[in-house]
Amino acid sequence: MPLNIIVLAKQVTDPEMPRSAFQVDRQNKRIVTPANIPPVVNGFDENAVEAALRLKDAQGASVTVVSMGQSFALDVMKKPLSMGADTLILLQDPAFANTADSSITARVLVAAIKKIGPFDLIIAGRQASDWDNAQVPLMVAEHLGLPSLTIAKKVDVGDGKVSVERQMPEGVEIVESALPALVTVSNELGQPRYPTLRGIMAATRKQPTIWSAADIGLNPADLQPHLELVDVYVPTVKKEVEIIKGQDDADTGRLLALKLREAKLI
Amino acid sequence: MAEPTGILVLGEINKGNLHPTVLELLAAGKTLARGLSQKLSLGLAGPSLDQPAKDGIAHGADTIYTATHQLLEQPHLDLLLAAWTQICRTANPAVILIARTTAGRDLAPRLAARLNVGLAQDCLEVKLDDSTKRLVAHRPIYGGNAVAAVSPKGTPQIAAVRPKAYDPLPADPSRHGETINVAVNLDPSMAKTKLVQRNEEQTGGVRLDTARIVISGGRGLGGPEPFKKLDEIAKILGAAVGASRAAVDAGWVPPAMQVGLTGKTITPELYITVAISGASQHMAGCSGAKVLVAINKDADANIFKEARYGVVGDWQKILPSFTETLRELVK
Ligand SMILES: Cc1cc2nc3c(=O)[nH]c(=O)nc-3n(C[C@H](O)[C@H](O)[C@H](O)COP(=O)(O)OP(=O)(O)OC[C@H]3O[C@@H](n4cnc5c(N)ncnc54)[C@H](O)[C@@H]3O)c2cc1C
Repeated sequence: MPLNIIVLAKQVTDPEMPRSAFQVDRQNKRIVTPANIPPVVNGFDENAVEAALRLKDAQGASVTVVSMGQSFALDVMKKPLSMGADTLILLQDPAFANTADSSITARVLVAAIKKIGPFDLIIAGRQASDWDNAQVPLMVAEHLGLPSLTIAKKVDVGDGKVSVERQMPEGVEIVESALPALVTVSNELGQPRYPTLRGIMAATRKQPTIWSAADIGLNPADLQPHLELVDVYVPTVKKEVEIIKGQDDADTGRLLALKLREAKLI
Repeated sequence: MAEPTGILVLGEINKGNLHPTVLELLAAGKTLARGLSQKLSLGLAGPSLDQPAKDGIAHGADTIYTATHQLLEQPHLDLLLAAWTQICRTANPAVILIARTTAGRDLAPRLAARLNVGLAQDCLEVKLDDSTKRLVAHRPIYGGNAVAAVSPKGTPQIAAVRPKAYDPLPADPSRHGETINVAVNLDPSMAKTKLVQRNEEQTGGVRLDTARIVISGGRGLGGPEPFKKLDEIAKILGAAVGASRAAVDAGWVPPAMQVGLTGKTITPELYITVAISGASQHMAGCSGAKVLVAINKDADANIFKEARYGVVGDWQKILPSFTETLRELVK
């Protein structure tokens, strides 16, 4: 029996965009996304797609990618399909505008997952590069009563169990649990594959399934925020740097060492 | 039910002792408790808690809630979560503080979902709103390019605080406090995941997260070989060696060496970066460094905006004389 895998993925502002393009609209408490910089699939979520596709390559799996948002750049969100995922479900509704409140996202995803039906494994990125919340997957696991295995660098499935290598601060640990389970992955999993031309062609032909709040049985009461946004601002970290410069590079290196001694740092 | 009151710190136990972050949380919680004129409690779960409870009181807790259970010998997410939930129900606090450690990252969101409340994640500062006296937490977003002030709705309000964001209060052994036992029903079947194996990575030398001096290398080093040059300097200075994610992703050094948002948080007295551009996600892990030194060939690199001392130049040309002079100075 091929595995049934659900991947959770989020569309985010490109974290590699130049700092100069990054702007905060304090009045309206939001980050302004520059119109000329296209969004991307959250990096760790691409790792999650990759983890799912490796399982698909190894033992056969159907991979369903689910994303929640108010609106999507379709060509961006189709990237998992062009990498080899089978189905894309976009949970799209004006009521899904608040993607900074993880508890709402989790509730919406849970409703969608219940509609999707039985699955073996949910894989998600460890955190999203916009709000760095690292909450949604764990909240989904909690609501669904699933074991959660986080920051995996390797994911294996066999005998009704999932086994992961976790990248811990002190080293690697191997943890396993019965299926169904939820796994989050980290960049240590390795580069996500590039879409092939064939994959891109196949993805062009596929249309995402789009579900509104009503489609998954949610009403406004289910979408009440758990977090109030009070303020958004740019932190001030201006430090006056003292540039050390000698007559030549060798002199500069020497002066730097002497400076550290003078400042009693070494 | 009585009105929720007080600040509850949920503390991790590490090899029988309070995890260092617990003292930081108690310091953060103390200020909040004073602001509310309420009590500061500490919730602990583990196999034997007498010493950690004493330490908690000495460091500012008024009340200790202890969930003592043999099954908690090895920290386990599902079991700890059950114990912490029970402590929360017993203590009925207005505010809960958790450390955003590796374990805290897993525990806090699940606890919030279990209690059906919101979570302020990865906070650098926790304060009370002047008028409402509700918790407002300041936390970096977009990899540190911006800060959001958020206030969880409902009660309890939960905040996960970034390690090293607060300095511990000095211990006061003369303090007194009350210890309340919390009965927890745990059985092995509640643990849904199983630890099969643990391999501690040998990075050798000084530990990154506690080192007084750290020297890190980035993508601009160009390969694994140049890290040996950093090792050499580290040896002279008694420093630990770290790296940017770019260097880790390239496979030049092991992931345990990564400094940053998704790596280690370091707070050395002296942090020397070599060929690191200073992306906000890297800076998120070293903003607690007292003095930052940057060696980078690009005068416009962001790292110079946050550095105290800078050298604009090619590390290949700077490091030899730097290393030799250090060797002479530190003898
Ligand atoms: C969600 C998320 C989480 C992340 N987490 C982390 C994290 O935890 N830690 C982390 O570090 N990054 C993290 N990143 C990545 C981060 O955004 C940067 O991509 C990364 O820090 C860049 O590493 P770097 O400075 O080594 O490389 P680059 O940005 O490529 O910088 C290399 C620098 O080397 C200089 N250089 C090149 N050659 C020389 C030379 N010969 N002499 C002197 N200088 C030279 C260049 O001028 C340049 O400034 C994260 C990103 C995301 C999106």
